[in-house]
Amino acid sequence: MDKMPKWADVVLVPVVSLLLAAIISVIVFVAVGQNPWEALKLMAYGAVGTSDFLGYTLFYATNFIFTGLAVAVAFHASLFNIGGEGQVLLGGLGAAIVCLFVPWPHWTLALIGGGLAAAVFGALWVVIPAYLQARRGSHIVITTIMFNFMASGLLVYMLSDALRPEGQMQTATAIFPDRTHLPSLNDVAGLFGSDLFGRSPVNVSIFIALAACVGVWLLIWHTRLGYQIRAFGQSESAAKYAGISAVNITMIALLISGGLAGMMAVNNTMGINTPQLVDNAAGGAGFIGIAVALMGRNHPVGIIIAALLFGALYQGGAELSAATSIPVQIVVVIQALVIMFTGALDQMVRSPIEKMFMRRSRAAAAGE
Amino acid sequence: MDFFTIVQLGDASIRMAIPLLLACLAGLFSERAGIFDIGLEGKMLAAAFLSAAVSFSTGSVWVGLFAGIGISIVLSIIHGLASITFRGNQLISGVAINFFAAGLTVVIAQGWFKQGGRTPSLSGAARFDGLDFPGALTRVRDKMQASPGMQFYSEFVSGHSILVYIGLLTVPLTWWVLYRTRFGLRLRAVGEAPEAVDTAGISVVRLRYAAVIICGILCGIAGAYLSTAVQAGFTKDMTANRGFIALAALIFAKWRPWYALGACLLFGLFFAIDNRFQNIQLQVIWIMVLLVGASIAMTVYALRREKIDVLVLGGLSAVLTAVAIMTWVGSTGEDIGAIAALFETVKVPSQLIQSLPYLFVVIVLAGFVGKAIPPRAGGEPYIKER
Repeated sequence: MDKMPKWADVVLVPVVSLLLAAIISVIVFVAVGQNPWEALKLMAYGAVGTSDFLGYTLFYATNFIFTGLAVAVAFHASLFNIGGEGQVLLGGLGAAIVCLFVPWPHWTLALIGGGLAAAVFGALWVVIPAYLQARRGSHIVITTIMFNFMASGLLVYMLSDALRPEGQMQTATAIFPDRTHLPSLNDVAGLFGSDLFGRSPVNVSIFIALAACVGVWLLIWHTRLGYQIRAFGQSESAAKYAGISAVNITMIALLISGGLAGMMAVNNTMGINTPQLVDNAAGGAGFIGIAVALMGRNHPVGIIIAALLFGALYQGGAELSAATSIPVQIVVVIQALVIMFTGALDQMVRSPIEKMFMRRSRAAAAGE
Repeated sequence: MDFFTIVQLGDASIRMAIPLLLACLAGLFSERAGIFDIGLEGKMLAAAFLSAAVSFSTGSVWVGLFAGIGISIVLSIIHGLASITFRGNQLISGVAINFFAAGLTVVIAQGWFKQGGRTPSLSGAARFDGLDFPGALTRVRDKMQASPGMQFYSEFVSGHSILVYIGLLTVPLTWWVLYRTRFGLRLRAVGEAPEAVDTAGISVVRLRYAAVIICGILCGIAGAYLSTAVQAGFTKDMTANRGFIALAALIFAKWRPWYALGACLLFGLFFAIDNRFQNIQLQVIWIMVLLVGASIAMTVYALRREKIDVLVLGGLSAVLTAVAIMTWVGSTGEDIGAIAALFETVKVPSQLIQSLPYLFVVIVLAGFVGKAIPPRAGGEPYIKER
C-alpha cells in the first residue's frame, strides 16, 4: 500500500491542521494577555450558549455555506475565485432591486425571484473575469480582486445615491416591503410552540443553502458537466485531449461559482430582521468561503461542517469582543491560520502523516 | 489650473507613488524568481504597525523602521516555507498572510495600546520628517509667490522624507542588481527555467529564499513609510489595498524596474487627482462618446471572433450603452432639450474615480494594451529531479 487510508486523508489531516491553527491562536491569546481557556469558554458560550446566539451562529453558517460552495466549485475546475466578496455584494444589489421594484404577493415567490436575481447578478459580476481568464489568459485571482474593489465602489455609489431614499441618513436601501421578508426559523419554530432561535435572523434560506449543497454534490459527482469540471481541474491538457472545451468549462464553472456566492445575499438582505441592503453587507463572508472550502476539502458535507464551525467562530468572536477588550479581528487571525494550515501548508501536515502510514504498512508487510 | 497646482499635484503623486513603488519592486524580486506574492498587502500592513509601535516605544524611528522590516521578512519567510519548502499553493499562502496581518495588527495594537486598534500618535524623532533642501522655501505662502523654478524645487524636489529618496533610488538599484550582477541573472533565470539553474549547480531553493527576503525588506520599508512618514502612527487597514495596486502596477510594468516607476507614478497621480479634486465634472457628450465608442470598438472586435466573444463583449457593450443613454436621459429635463442636455455637465461619482486604478488594471490584464507575459515558472513550485 503506497497511500494512506481514506479516513486519514479526510479526517486526520484536517484535524491536525486545525490543531496547529489552534496552537498558534492560543499563543496569540497569551500574547495579548488573555487566558486562552477563558476565551474559549466565552466564545463557546457566545456561539451556542443561548437560543439567540445559536441562531446567529446558524445565520452566519448559512452565509458561509454559500460562499464555501462558490469557492469549492471553482476549485474543482482548478480555478481560484477570490471574488466571492464582490459577487455577494452584487447579489445583494440584485435581490434589493427585485424586492424593491416588484410587488411580490407572497414571500415564497419573493424568495424565488430574489434568489434568482441575486444568483444572476453574482454570476454576471464574474463574467468578465471568467471571460478574460478563458479567452485572454488573464489571471482570475488578480481580476477578481480588482472586481471586489469595483463592486464595493459600485455598492457605495448605489447605496449613497441611486437607491437611497430621500432624507435617509444611513447608506442603505429603503427597507424592503413586508411581503419579501423571509420568515425566520424562530417563526417556523413558533408554529410548533417553541422559541428555539430567539430574536436571531436565521431564516428559511438556510434550507436553500442545504439544497445548494445537495445540488453541488449532484452536479460535481453525478453529472457529465461535473465530470468535465473535475477532469479539467485535474489536468487541463488531458481534458482538452478528451474534447472538453477549456473556454466553456472555465466560463461555466465560474458562473456557477459566482451565482452561488450571489445567492448568499438572499440570507443577508431578505432574511435579516429589517430586510434591506446595507453598506458592506458581505462582511468578509466571501473570504471566509475560502477557508471553509479548504477546510471542507471542497466537498459539500465538509463545507457544511466547516461553515458551522466558522459560523460559531464568527458569532463567538463577536461575543468575545463584546465581553473582553479583544477586538473582533481575532476571528480574522484564526481564519488566516486555518487557510494557511489547511491550504498552503497542507504538504507540511500531510507528508509526515503519509510517511507514518507507509512505515507502518511496510512494517506490517515485513512481519507477515 | 496654474503652475503651482500642477507642481503640488506632482508632489502628491510622488508621495502616493512611493509605497506603491516599494511594494511593486518587492513583488518584482519575488515574481522574477518565480514566487507569486499576493501577500504584499499583509507584509506592508504588519510592517506599518510594528514600525509605528516600536518607534513610539523607543522614540527612534530608525529602530522602528528596522522592526518593520524584520516582521515583514518573517512573513516573507513563512510565505517561502509554504511555497518553496512545502510546495504549497502560493496564492493561498498569500491570502492567508494578508488576513493574518489584517487581523493580528488590530488585535495586538488593542492589546498593547488600548486605543481601538491604533498606535498612539508619533512625533519628533519617532517620525520621519520631510528633508528641506538648502534654499528651499517651506511656507506655502512663500512658495505660491516664488518663480516657477523655485516652486518646482521647493515643492516637488525638496521636502519629502528620506524614505521617498530611498524609494526612488531603489529603482536604479533594482535595475542594476537584476541586469548587471550575477545574482540578478540567476534570479531571473530561476523564474524562467529553474531546472536550468539547478543543472548549473546553483541552488534554486536558496535563490528563491533570497528573492523572497528582499521582497520582505522592500515591503517593510513601504509599510514603515506609511505609518511613520505619511501618517503619524498606525491605523487599522491603513495600507488600503496598496499591496494589490502594486501587484497591478507590476503587471502593467511587465515585471521591469523602470516601467514599474512609471506605472506607480501613474497610479499615484490617480490617487492625487482623487484627493485634490473631489468634484470632477464632465459634459454628457464626452461620457457618451467615451462609453459608446468603447462599446462599438468592443463589438467590432467581438464580431470578428467567436460566439462567446460576441456574447460577453456584446453584453458589456449593451450595458455601457445603456449607462450612457441613462446619463443623457437623466440630464434632460423640462427646460432642457435633448440636444442641450448633451452639453450639460454631470458630476462623475467619486467612487468611479477611486475605482479607476482597478478598472485600468483589468483593461491592462485583458491584454488589449500590449501583452504582459509573466515569468514562465511563476507560481509553480520547483521539484528537483532525482
